[in-house]
Amino acid sequence: MIHLESVVKSYPTRFGQRTVLDHVNLRLGRGRNLGILGRNGAGKSTLIRLLSGAEQPSSGRIHRSMSVSWPLAFTGAFQSHLTGLDNLKFICRVYGVDWKPMVSFVEEFTELGIYFREPVLHYSAGMTMRLAFALSMAIEFDCFLIDEGLAVGDARFGHRCHVELFEKRKDRAFILVSHDPTIIRMYCERACVLHEGRIHEFGSVDEAYSFYESALVPAPTVVFD
Amino acid sequence: MTSLRKSLKIQGRVINALLMREVITRFGRENLGVLWLVAEPMVFTLGVTAFWYAAGLNHGSAIPIVAFAITGYSSVLLWRNTVNRANGGIQSNLSLLYHRNVRVIDVFISRIVIEMAGATGSFLVLALFFTVIEQIEPPVDPLMVLAGWMMLAWFGAALAIVIGAATAYSEIVERIWGPASYLIFPLSGAAFMVDWVPPAMREVVLLLPMVHGVEMLRDGYFGDIVRTHYDIGYVTLVNLVLTFLGLMLLRSAAKRTEMR
Repeated sequence: MIHLESVVKSYPTRFGQRTVLDHVNLRLGRGRNLGILGRNGAGKSTLIRLLSGAEQPSSGRIHRSMSVSWPLAFTGAFQSHLTGLDNLKFICRVYGVDWKPMVSFVEEFTELGIYFREPVLHYSAGMTMRLAFALSMAIEFDCFLIDEGLAVGDARFGHRCHVELFEKRKDRAFILVSHDPTIIRMYCERACVLHEGRIHEFGSVDEAYSFYESALVPAPTVVFD
Repeated sequence: MTSLRKSLKIQGRVINALLMREVITRFGRENLGVLWLVAEPMVFTLGVTAFWYAAGLNHGSAIPIVAFAITGYSSVLLWRNTVNRANGGIQSNLSLLYHRNVRVIDVFISRIVIEMAGATGSFLVLALFFTVIEQIEPPVDPLMVLAGWMMLAWFGAALAIVIGAATAYSEIVERIWGPASYLIFPLSGAAFMVDWVPPAMREVVLLLPMVHGVEMLRDGYFGDIVRTHYDIGYVTLVNLVLTFLGLMLLRSAAKRTEMR
């Protein structure tokens, strides 16, 4: 169970404190999942940072009685002078997992070839993404945090990620945040909308969807015609 | 397992992981690799020793200049480099905080340990080397040397946490430390003995805690051929206050950390 109790997060700006999350309450049980819809700047990533524990709330409490992952396929924690293998070892050490049995899985899954033993510095964006996703799968969690993380690489790799996460680990809980309602619809049993620092909960994904579409999102403008 | 033991076990694991990561990142696997940890401060100390030797910095006193330079400059490395590395340590490791087990203090501890190991290794190797080639005598009172070294190391570690954590409150701290350490260096007791200073100035110089550490170190190294001035109680008190202040700052620094 993850339980957010009246969580507030505000940041200092040059024009005073700006409240990004305003008394947010959320509950997620073991094995359940939740989609959070929000426009750019609604506070989705802030919520993910609080859930992962990377930042602390300004007030309120977060209770976790299951293990929560770092944001799925997060590439920011890579040290670019280390190799893919070094980064795997680092992650495994931090979480107290033996790295040796993981090597073959990560090598096979990322298809990095000789680059697995080269500094991450020399990786393409796609290679970095593949490594990040594989490392996320190397450590087992009760709940995964997914920050728009499904746009991974090409279609083939996208499919393999789907299999790893939503088929092999379908017993796990997850929280998926996105600005894209179709993704939430595809994967989530329940959805809420994050708007102006508040969480709006709905009984079904469809209700959340229609609230988001009608009330919040202006009709998409065509940029390229 | 009790929860304290469990936490300590996790912390130990995380610090170990950070140590490995930091060492490979900083020194790489090419040529000397990890040995640079000790080689880098050694090169510095040797360079400074050569300068001081040429300049006759022992001011005609009975102290052998090579030993004077090694004890002096090694002690600077111990507090200055440690703080340098902790300074900005939060910013450059922010993204690691996404891993819930990794705490800001772990980042500091691992960096402090690395600097201490490098400085200590360099001091030991140089002292041993010059003793073997009979350029310097072995220390008169090794335990006193150790005590001085420990005091300096404690001071360096505590100050590193204070400065490192303070950068989370204001970036000014980060910028001020550079010039401050540069200005403190000539006063730090590395390049002079307190006894050479006019008595009126001694009290001023002895306000700096690292001066006491270096004097202790030299008392142990040279014994009766030098007259040293230090107060173990004073350094201990300063170190305790700094440690407490550092941990206080760190507690709320962690809460203030912001990611991009």
